[in-house]
Amino acid sequence: MSSYSVTEPSQRQKWFAGILVVGYALITILPLVWIIATSFKSPSDAIAYPPKTFFEPTVEGYVNVFTTRTRLSEEQLQAVGEPQTWYDKLVRKDGLVISGPSRFAERFTNSVIIGFGSTVLCIVLGTAAAYAFSRFKVPLRDDLLFFILSTRMMPPIAVAIPIFLMFRSLGLNDTHAGMILLYTAVNLSLSVWLLKGFIDEIPVEYEEAALIDGYTRFQAFYKVVLPQAATGIASTAIFCLIFAWNEYAFAVLLTSGNAQTAPPFIPTIIGVSGQDWPAVAAGATLFLVPVMVFTILLRKHLLRGITFGAVRK
Amino acid sequence: MLKSTVDRVAGATPHAIAKRVRRLSDRALAWLFVAPSIVLLLAVNIFPLIWTVRLSFTNFRVNRPNAEVQFIGLKNYLSILSDKDIWLTMQATAHFLIWTIVLQVLIGFSLAYLINKKFRGNDLWTTIIVLPMMLSPAVVGNFWTFLYQPQIGLFNYAVGFLTGADPSSFSMIGDVSLAPWAIIIVDTWMWTPFVMLICLAGLRSIPSSIYEAAECDRASKWRQFWTITIPLVLPFLMLAVLFRGIENFKMFDLVVQLTGGGPGSITELTSINLKREAFEKWRTGYASAYAVILFVTVFGLASIYVKALNKVKQR
Repeated sequence: MSSYSVTEPSQRQKWFAGILVVGYALITILPLVWIIATSFKSPSDAIAYPPKTFFEPTVEGYVNVFTTRTRLSEEQLQAVGEPQTWYDKLVRKDGLVISGPSRFAERFTNSVIIGFGSTVLCIVLGTAAAYAFSRFKVPLRDDLLFFILSTRMMPPIAVAIPIFLMFRSLGLNDTHAGMILLYTAVNLSLSVWLLKGFIDEIPVEYEEAALIDGYTRFQAFYKVVLPQAATGIASTAIFCLIFAWNEYAFAVLLTSGNAQTAPPFIPTIIGVSGQDWPAVAAGATLFLVPVMVFTILLRKHLLRGITFGAVRK
Repeated sequence: MLKSTVDRVAGATPHAIAKRVRRLSDRALAWLFVAPSIVLLLAVNIFPLIWTVRLSFTNFRVNRPNAEVQFIGLKNYLSILSDKDIWLTMQATAHFLIWTIVLQVLIGFSLAYLINKKFRGNDLWTTIIVLPMMLSPAVVGNFWTFLYQPQIGLFNYAVGFLTGADPSSFSMIGDVSLAPWAIIIVDTWMWTPFVMLICLAGLRSIPSSIYEAAECDRASKWRQFWTITIPLVLPFLMLAVLFRGIENFKMFDLVVQLTGGGPGSITELTSINLKREAFEKWRTGYASAYAVILFVTVFGLASIYVKALNKVKQR
């Protein structure tokens, strides 16, 4: 027996809505599909007109993003000898030899170090502060919380000048430690606000029970609250990681040789003759796919994360 | 049995001391937990901000460390506010801000409304639509320059295919009249899902009993939409606009990679203009004053907006 409801949309409405939404979704992921497709194209396929939907896949883009190559003349090529490895053979087709690794792997590693470093710090500081704001009578609580949120409104470029000067005098310019500290500060507002929401949802009675059982406050926090907040902490961590991973403005202004992350680097990838789009796309694919996977994992908490916990569904 | 245990515990610790230790440790713990975050934010946000304010009254230039730093009062502020170029970047920012918000609200709300019809597989498609939002704006913006290439770009090809125009006859990022729209299109592509998600939460928060009651009163669907759906989603929608407004006022990464402010300075939004002054022309004092003006503007507008939002919520 099915009950009739006046608010349930009719079958026709559902079909209509479904077709429109699916149509929008297909158009909206086209650029992303195109990035991934381009990363498997040869340079000539990438700039073909009309744009090629079907092509012979190659990993040339991926080889190019990890290496630097030079063009040699016939005699020089003969002097170098036969290509040894599969990637040597691949670039030799175009009369090139691999002259060394590119800086992509290094930049990617920097992104990983700075991303994870700042996420760990952000979660440690954020969880502690969120717990205190949630459970204790912190003086000026609302003002402090608003202050923490307001740091997010500042345009990064507006504080970049003194941070640049400050980092320079502390020797933190273009270092991993400097960037980790900076990204921690940038994401702290997010982690405090999100985690406070998650901890607020854990009933106080659990801790009270633990306190009566003789736990100290810290033990109660550590052994009772933390395990309860695990899901919230995990999703907050992924948000901090994604935001640190994607950050560009500070990275481009404050890093150059040593601690530069991938976002300022990927657009500067060029081939032997001009912009090498398959290589750019390969770099972008390697950089974006982890975020796509995390987004899919996070989908239940997505709304909460992007609104700093203001909307919880 | 239970009583004797409690008695033993109570007997073991003198009451007054136990109470004091616990209360003290709570307060100490609170400070211990909050202080590191506050200190870090003070060091990396507030201290630099105060420094910016101080620099804004001087003629300091980072690339001339040996030059004498003079206190020049409000001169920087006056020259910024009377600079025509800066008003042009403000206009470019306003154009970008208004159109992205209008488009994102319209498309985002429509999508949320359609998804809320709960057709089969709506979760899957929602997740797919959301993907662009979480990606790096700089990396994606850079790739869009490829999509926007005349002739070989997918965007131009698609427009050509649909309208019959020659795909090599226009350049979205090279043309003065098209470039402002090029950045609006990419931003809308990226951030419509954000507005959509918030609207969807708003739509799902409306209890179906309200619609049932309206149905009993023979209210038309149209009337239900305007008197129930819109007013109840409005606080959510306003929140989405607040977030998008602040974010797009600060817009830097996406547009820098897409157009770099060009052609000329037609898409030079305030953040890009500020970066030019601070890190290319190295007019540190001047740029600091500029930064202060921007910050006060964002903060002021946001505060007024939040007041309005709270009024709507209370209704």
